[in-house]
Amino acid sequence: MAKHHITATVNGDPVEFLCEPQETLLDALRDQLHLTGTKEGCSTGDCGACSVTVDDRLVCSCLMLGVEAEGKSIRTIEGMAQGDELHPLQQKFLEHAALQCGICTPGFLVAAKALLDKQPDPSETEVRYWLAGNLCRCTGYDKIVRAVLDAAAELRGA
Amino acid sequence: MRYEAPSSLEQAVGLLAAATGDARVLAGGTDLLVQMRTDILNPELVVDIKHIPELREIKQEGGGFRIGAAATGAELKEHPQLKTVWPGIVEAANLIGSTQIQGRATMGGNLCNGSPAADSVPALIAAGAKASVVGPNGRREIAVEDVMLAPRKLSLGKGEIIASFILPAKAKGSADAYLRFIPRTEMDIAVVGCGVCLSVAADGTISRARVALGAVAARPLLVEEAGKALVGSKLEDAALNKLDAAAGAACKPIDDKRGTKEYRIKVAGVLARRAAAIAYERARKA
Repeated sequence: MAKHHITATVNGDPVEFLCEPQETLLDALRDQLHLTGTKEGCSTGDCGACSVTVDDRLVCSCLMLGVEAEGKSIRTIEGMAQGDELHPLQQKFLEHAALQCGICTPGFLVAAKALLDKQPDPSETEVRYWLAGNLCRCTGYDKIVRAVLDAAAELRGA
Repeated sequence: MRYEAPSSLEQAVGLLAAATGDARVLAGGTDLLVQMRTDILNPELVVDIKHIPELREIKQEGGGFRIGAAATGAELKEHPQLKTVWPGIVEAANLIGSTQIQGRATMGGNLCNGSPAADSVPALIAAGAKASVVGPNGRREIAVEDVMLAPRKLSLGKGEIIASFILPAKAKGSADAYLRFIPRTEMDIAVVGCGVCLSVAADGTISRARVALGAVAARPLLVEEAGKALVGSKLEDAALNKLDAAAGAACKPIDDKRGTKEYRIKVAGVLARRAAAIAYERARKA
C-alpha cells in the first residue's frame, strides 16, 4: 500500500511527511518528523504520555492515525518553550520537583497547558480531573498539581 | 490497510458496501485504534467519517436535537443548549475516558463498538433517541436500544453507518439523568450504568418514565417494568422499591473483575433509585 503524503502544521511550522495508513500520529511525530519529545507509554490511550493538541483539542497521539493529521494544526511539547525561555508550566515543574523519571512530563505539560488555555483559574479539583488521563508512576501527583496551580497563578498575574 | 476519508455519506456507504475484507468505520478511533494495535482487529479498509458534515454537527431540529454520530464528547459538553436540555446524555458521554479521550470519542463509536458497558448508550435509550442509519438501501431510523444485539454484534447491515442520533422534542416537565458506578473516581469502565428520563405533571406525579441499564447484560437494556414502576407515583418509597426490584430483575450480568453478578444486580437497583431522584428533581424545574 502506498504511503500517504500528509501536509500539516506542527508548532506553527508547515510540515510534510509520508506515512503508512495504519501508522499513528505518535509514530509519525517521532519517526518521520523526529519530534521525540512526545513519549510512548501504553499505546492504548490510558496513560497520556503521548498527549498533543490537534486544532487546539487535547488528544492522545497514539489513538490517532498520522493520515488524520492532514490539514491539521498540531502542537507538541517541542513548541512550548520560546527558545531558551521555558514556559511558566515548565519552570514550575522544575521548581516544585514535579517530575522524577520524566517520561510522563511532556504529556502532563501539554495537557496542563491545554487546561490553562481554556481555564486560566482552575480549582485543584478541576486540575485533578483534567489530568486524570495522565499517569505518573513516580511523583504521586501532588507536586504536579501544585506546579500547575502555581503556574496558573503566575500566568494570571503576568 | 487502506485509509479513505470521504466527504459524503454516499461515498462512505459505497466504500463500506464494496469492501471485500474487514472494513471498519473510524470516528474518534479510541476503541478502533486500540483494537488494531492489539491485533484484535486487522481491517483491510478503514473509512474515516469525520469529513462528512452531518456526522459532526449538533443542531436543533424538530423541537429536539440531531447529534452527528462523530461529534466528540468535548463538543457535546461545549454545545450551548444541549447540556441544559439533555443533561443526562451529556453527562454520560462525558464519563467516557479522560480529557484526551473526550477530545476524540464519539457517541456513534461508543454504540457501534458494541460494548454492553458503553456509558452513553443507556442515556440515549432512556431519552428515547433514534439512530439515523444510512446504507446502500437509503436511510432508516431505529431505536437506539435495537442497534446492539450482543457484545460486538450490531443489527446494522453491510455498508450501513449511523449518521446521527435524533433526540425527540422534550416536553415541559421532563428531564434525564445518568449515573455510572465504578470502583474509583475517574477513568474506569462501568460496573453498572443507569439512565432515567421522566416527565412530571404540575402536581409532581410522574406521567412517563424510561429506565435503561448498561453493563448488566449482553447489551444495554431498556427496562420497561422499571419505567412503569414510576408512572403515577411522586417517587414515594413504594415506587422506588418497585423500581429497584424491576431494575434488579432485568439484570443478566456476568461475574468479572469489576463485580459479581449479585453485586451488579444490587447496584443496578441503587443506581436506578438515585438516577430517578436526580431526573425527578430536574424535571420539577424543567
